[in-house]
Amino acid sequence: MGKIQLKGVRKAFGDVIIIPSIDLEIGDGEFVVFVGPSGCGKSTLLRLIAGLEDVTSGRIDIDSVDMTSVPPAKRGLSMVFQSYALYPHMSVRNNIAFGLKMAGESPEAIKQKVEKAAATLNLSSYLDRKPRQLSGGQRQRVAIGRAIVREPKAFLFDEPLSNLDAALRVQMRLEITQLHQALKTTMIYVTHDQVEAMTMADKIVVLNAGNIEQVGAPLELYNNPANLFVAGFIGSPKMNLLQGDVAKKHNAGTIGIRPEHIATARDRGEWQGVVRVAEHLGSDTFLHIDAEAIGRVTARAAGELALTAGDKVGLTPRPDRIHRFDSDGRVLRA
Amino acid sequence: MARAHSLRRRTVTTAASWLAGLIIFFPILWMAITSFKTELEAVNIPPSFVFFDWTTENYWVVQERSNYLRFVGNSILLAVGSTLVGLLFAVPAAWAMAFAPGKRTKDLLLWMLSTKMMPPVGALIPIYLLFRDMQLLDSRGGLIVVLFLLNLPIIIWMLFTYFKEIPGEILEAARMDGATLWREIVYVLTPMAIPGIASTVLLNIILAWNEAFWTLNLTTSDAAPLTVFIASYSSPEGLFWAKLSAASTLAIAPILVLGWFSQKQLVRGLTFGAVK
Repeated sequence: MGKIQLKGVRKAFGDVIIIPSIDLEIGDGEFVVFVGPSGCGKSTLLRLIAGLEDVTSGRIDIDSVDMTSVPPAKRGLSMVFQSYALYPHMSVRNNIAFGLKMAGESPEAIKQKVEKAAATLNLSSYLDRKPRQLSGGQRQRVAIGRAIVREPKAFLFDEPLSNLDAALRVQMRLEITQLHQALKTTMIYVTHDQVEAMTMADKIVVLNAGNIEQVGAPLELYNNPANLFVAGFIGSPKMNLLQGDVAKKHNAGTIGIRPEHIATARDRGEWQGVVRVAEHLGSDTFLHIDAEAIGRVTARAAGELALTAGDKVGLTPRPDRIHRFDSDGRVLRA
Repeated sequence: MARAHSLRRRTVTTAASWLAGLIIFFPILWMAITSFKTELEAVNIPPSFVFFDWTTENYWVVQERSNYLRFVGNSILLAVGSTLVGLLFAVPAAWAMAFAPGKRTKDLLLWMLSTKMMPPVGALIPIYLLFRDMQLLDSRGGLIVVLFLLNLPIIIWMLFTYFKEIPGEILEAARMDGATLWREIVYVLTPMAIPGIASTVLLNIILAWNEAFWTLNLTTSDAAPLTVFIASYSSPEGLFWAKLSAASTLAIAPILVLGWFSQKQLVRGLTFGAVK
């Protein structure tokens, strides 16, 4: 079991309020991603759940038991840190076994569990090495191994892939997703990378300045952002946010249109513009276009497009894909 | 050309280093040589350094007159004892300051160091009276307490700088793994800080070993360490240079050997954190 509820959780360091008040419910077995720009309080929120920081006020329940003032060791949670935080003086085997030793398990049980976890994570041949003899990806696996042997109620990941190179990040992302499918344990994952959030999460929690902007499934956030912040944060390249006359035409303060929802044609279109930069990725083409009337716009076309900088282009947004926001940035539903 | 130049340069620097080293070491060398002279030869001017009648007589006399080994025993007990008691207090203190600092941690550290700026003689009378009333004069226990308090700020400072280098996340990981505070310190922090703790211990043993002010003033015989042993060869009956030298050589020999074998640790300890 691993149901986690936050009720009115507040965190302040002296006069600085990091998290004003958060209510959140995380269901058993869910993969929840906290995402937001740096300094938005997502890591602090994770550390509050872990018990590594004390809440200023509010309550944290794990499986309906009040854990607000229970020390981290007794909350039954495991954490994977950005820096891996392996014990440098211990072998991989002892790193993984440490939690079990602290729990006072028998040597046979420890041996068995460590070897099972190592097999799951392809670490069996590295058990007697020290962390410094491992690569970044292997170290991260050891950190995950250390988390899974304890069979926690929930896993907490604090930007675990940030220190890895791009290729390894994609691979580890898959491994963590598969691990979640196999274990079906609650996972809370903090990242500033919205791609990680979109690809891994059952449920994304978008945080900004210590407040929850929106909670929902990845595609729900993508298709129905509740406000300008979420609209601009989720999706890459970013949603085009347009103000002025073009927004007024739709009775809105701001309208948003995703790059892939703008059709491009050489001669005709609702808006006219000039290509400033064309990024050819093979599978996609990103066009950064100066459209006089509305400003700089990004458009995305599938496949290869024979357009280069300086070409004139016509743009047409898909009317059913235009998001409208009021002057406070809240979404306007039709 | 460049190579020849650099070779010459290296020769010069090497020679200069040796020269500087010899100048610093010279008084100790002179003392060691004097200890093998007769008293008459010891006061000869100009002194001779090689060509004289080498004799070990002074060492026999010194051992006969006073029990060297008892002083050594006291020195070891005081130096090691005060350092270990110091560690017992300093490890938790440094842990708290490095990993759970408060608003005034920096001030506290500076204040602790500032106590080292006070001349010890300022506290001599009150401490002497306290020792007299508590019947601690010439007791090993009492002296261990004084030496430990004397060096505590340095022990805490050194450990603090070491602990600062240990990433807090590793300790948090231990906490998440279910370790209590005590087990976190014993199984994770201490093993990681072993090199730092080792140099702290070494340096403080040397400091306590050489401490002369309090050991001379608070002991007479029972608890007297080597500093008292040396001092007993100066004064009342006039100076006996050769015997004094023999006593001093005997007094520094153990610590010299210790320092020789641990110089790597010591240098690392003293420069730790200077370059990251």
